[in-house]
Amino acid sequence: MNVADLIDLLLQHSPALIVAIPLLGAFITPLISRLNDKVRNVFVILTLGLTASLVFLLASDVFSGNIHTYIFGSQDLALPVVRILFEVDAMSAFMVIISVILSLIAVIYSWSFMKENTGLDKYYTLILLMTAGMLGMELTGDLFNFFVFLEITSISSAALVAFWTNKAKSVEAGFKYIVISTIGALFILFSIALFYGQYNALNMAMIASAIQYTFLDKIALVLLIAALAMKAGVVPMHMWLPDAYGKAPSSITFILVGATQASLYGVFRVCFTIYGGAINLSSISVGWILVIMGIITMLLGVAMAIIQTDFKRLIAFGAVAEIGYMLLGIGTGLVVMLNPEMTATGLAAMKGGIFHIMNDALDVGLLFLVAGAIYYATKETSLNKLGGLARNMKYTTVFFIIGLLAVSGMPPMNGFASKLLIYESTYHLNPILSIFAILSSIMLLAVFVKVFHSAFLGPALPKFENVKEVPKSMLIAMGAIATIIIIFGLFPELIVNNIVEPAANALINYGDYIREVIPSFTGGA
Amino acid sequence: MIFNIPFIAVAALILIGLYAVIFKRNLIKMVIGITLIESGVNLFLITLGYREGSIAPIYTSSPGGIMALPVPQALTLTSIVIGVAVLALMLSLVIHIYRHYGTLDARKIGGPEE
Amino acid sequence: MSGMSKIVKTISGIAFPFITIYGLYVISHGHLTPGGGFQGGAIVASGCAMVLVSYGSIWIMDRVKEKNLSILESLGAVCFILLALLGLGFGTVFFNNFLVGTNSLFGVVPAVGSGLADINTGGVIPLMNFAVGLKVIAGLFGIVLVMAYAIRTKEGKK
Repeated sequence: MNVADLIDLLLQHSPALIVAIPLLGAFITPLISRLNDKVRNVFVILTLGLTASLVFLLASDVFSGNIHTYIFGSQDLALPVVRILFEVDAMSAFMVIISVILSLIAVIYSWSFMKENTGLDKYYTLILLMTAGMLGMELTGDLFNFFVFLEITSISSAALVAFWTNKAKSVEAGFKYIVISTIGALFILFSIALFYGQYNALNMAMIASAIQYTFLDKIALVLLIAALAMKAGVVPMHMWLPDAYGKAPSSITFILVGATQASLYGVFRVCFTIYGGAINLSSISVGWILVIMGIITMLLGVAMAIIQTDFKRLIAFGAVAEIGYMLLGIGTGLVVMLNPEMTATGLAAMKGGIFHIMNDALDVGLLFLVAGAIYYATKETSLNKLGGLARNMKYTTVFFIIGLLAVSGMPPMNGFASKLLIYESTYHLNPILSIFAILSSIMLLAVFVKVFHSAFLGPALPKFENVKEVPKSMLIAMGAIATIIIIFGLFPELIVNNIVEPAANALINYGDYIREVIPSFTGGA
Repeated sequence: MIFNIPFIAVAALILIGLYAVIFKRNLIKMVIGITLIESGVNLFLITLGYREGSIAPIYTSSPGGIMALPVPQALTLTSIVIGVAVLALMLSLVIHIYRHYGTLDARKIGGPEE
Repeated sequence: MSGMSKIVKTISGIAFPFITIYGLYVISHGHLTPGGGFQGGAIVASGCAMVLVSYGSIWIMDRVKEKNLSILESLGAVCFILLALLGLGFGTVFFNNFLVGTNSLFGVVPAVGSGLADINTGGVIPLMNFAVGLKVIAGLFGIVLVMAYAIRTKEGKK
């Protein structure tokens, strides 16, 4: 068979292979790490590289308009649906690209960041398991399968957050994370049981086509949004996020940002696709609840970030504030969805929110990598003890400036494009929302300029005389992210028209998602 | 009325588990509370599959008649396995916390930053 | 932890093979009677934990090294994923049951409905049950062994 047939075969089987290859790699890694350390590192990078190429192959086909479904265990789909189904539409493809890039960069970064630690075979096994869990969460079309992958991701990420077991604070942060995460996941299982009891279906498309908005459905919606928003770090359920992000190794925090956003993807999938048929009855109230949660998250995240003295904890509160932007954008899209004269506003708000998901992962991720580089070089995390590092670590300073400008939404970076879309569209809904958003951006800029001044500028401290620049693999990782940020900032039209707009349309037109599985479904946008 | 007793038991288990997680100070009691919530949700899943007068859904030498739904039993099995993994991880972290602090009281650990 | 008295050691040594045989029966008949990979593996792991408690974790740790358990666990998991990928390799989809009704060993497919069936009618399901059972035995026994050994270190220091 020639190359075109091979690529077609790979494309047809790619949803299953994208999850199966990291899983197989995770189980082989303890066997390979008996040989040599370098062989194991190269094997992990090759596995993730293979997965990334499959992801780009699948995404390039999905963004041109086809929805891919993959049925496990058989080739024909018997209605009512009894088999597990992977359904990839444009929003899933968007999230999968983000997750696999985050994992690949984190593994490249941890080649030298974690070199002096022991127990690294378990570290790489857990990273591959976490990647498989995140990719499965974003590709699946079955609610119980989503719960299983969510638990895989949260267990492996809690074990990785507590990886430095010689520090008491890391273990405590991991314990807090796993307790809160398990209670949320058990409530998700409770609402899945409520759905199964009413509709005798676990498939997302089957539930969406049969949903009537009964009292039990309202309880299930509240439990699902509350539990998934808690895993995404939305105020007032954000208590675990500063501890877990601040005390984990920096490469793990980088992937945790992706896991947090996969849970946010779960919120959007529930609100738009599963409750699509019932959205006529409740979209305004659910949308306003998301908007208000977004505003509170932004303001509280920035307010808590101002008073922090620990470097990574401050960036973690900045990450909390950024999640507020995403909720604000997509909540606005939900509020104006039924209003026929504001469709352009709604589409612009959703494009801004979805684009901000990718931008936030890159920007906040770059800041965390820089914080890790400073910790690797100086073994200090408190801002009171740092100072004058720009003389010794020139590349790291440049990367921090790029990350600072991107997070606060300054023009040549990608944060500006997505935040401008959010400012413009929320202004049409209510001007006060736009004022809060701009205010939070300005306060974020102030906070990070303060951090930049106290960590990098200033007089040279005598104990930092011998600090050298960080090793090459960390610089390559940070440089790759910075390059992507600058490219997205200079050409935002390319990204928004080709990648973000199909994703926004896939969320609004939930009827296409359902019609792939049940061809006779009428109704829906 | 007698068919509502499993649902009342589910509500009682979840509420007692939430009480143990929120109000108790010992870390082991928090872990036991999470196990109680998980048992309550598993019981809820199995109770949904019951049909009145049904037998166990096994084909091997079954006496015939209506069978209870087997899908919730498979879901419950998966949930029990996930619960075992989470419990193992939580207990390992409690062992590490005890080794660092010497106490299991949740008010005494988690002091200010060092 | 240290071992228990001679009577307990003898009785647990006698009971251990019976528990293992029962656990292996539950694993291999998973597609006919209630059971399967995880349930049977948990039974065998309980028997191993009983031996661990009665003989002491120091004695067991000298003879069963933790890295052997890790290798067994990885082998079980790799076999499971390879069996799933073979369904892909034989022309159809991932996780397909490619062995049911094909050759002489697995050729009999029983009718749907109540009745008796043989053990070789499941196709690839009993093989996956064995792989999962091996992984669960090694995994659960490893967890219990490492936890008991870690607590032993704490008590020894006191």
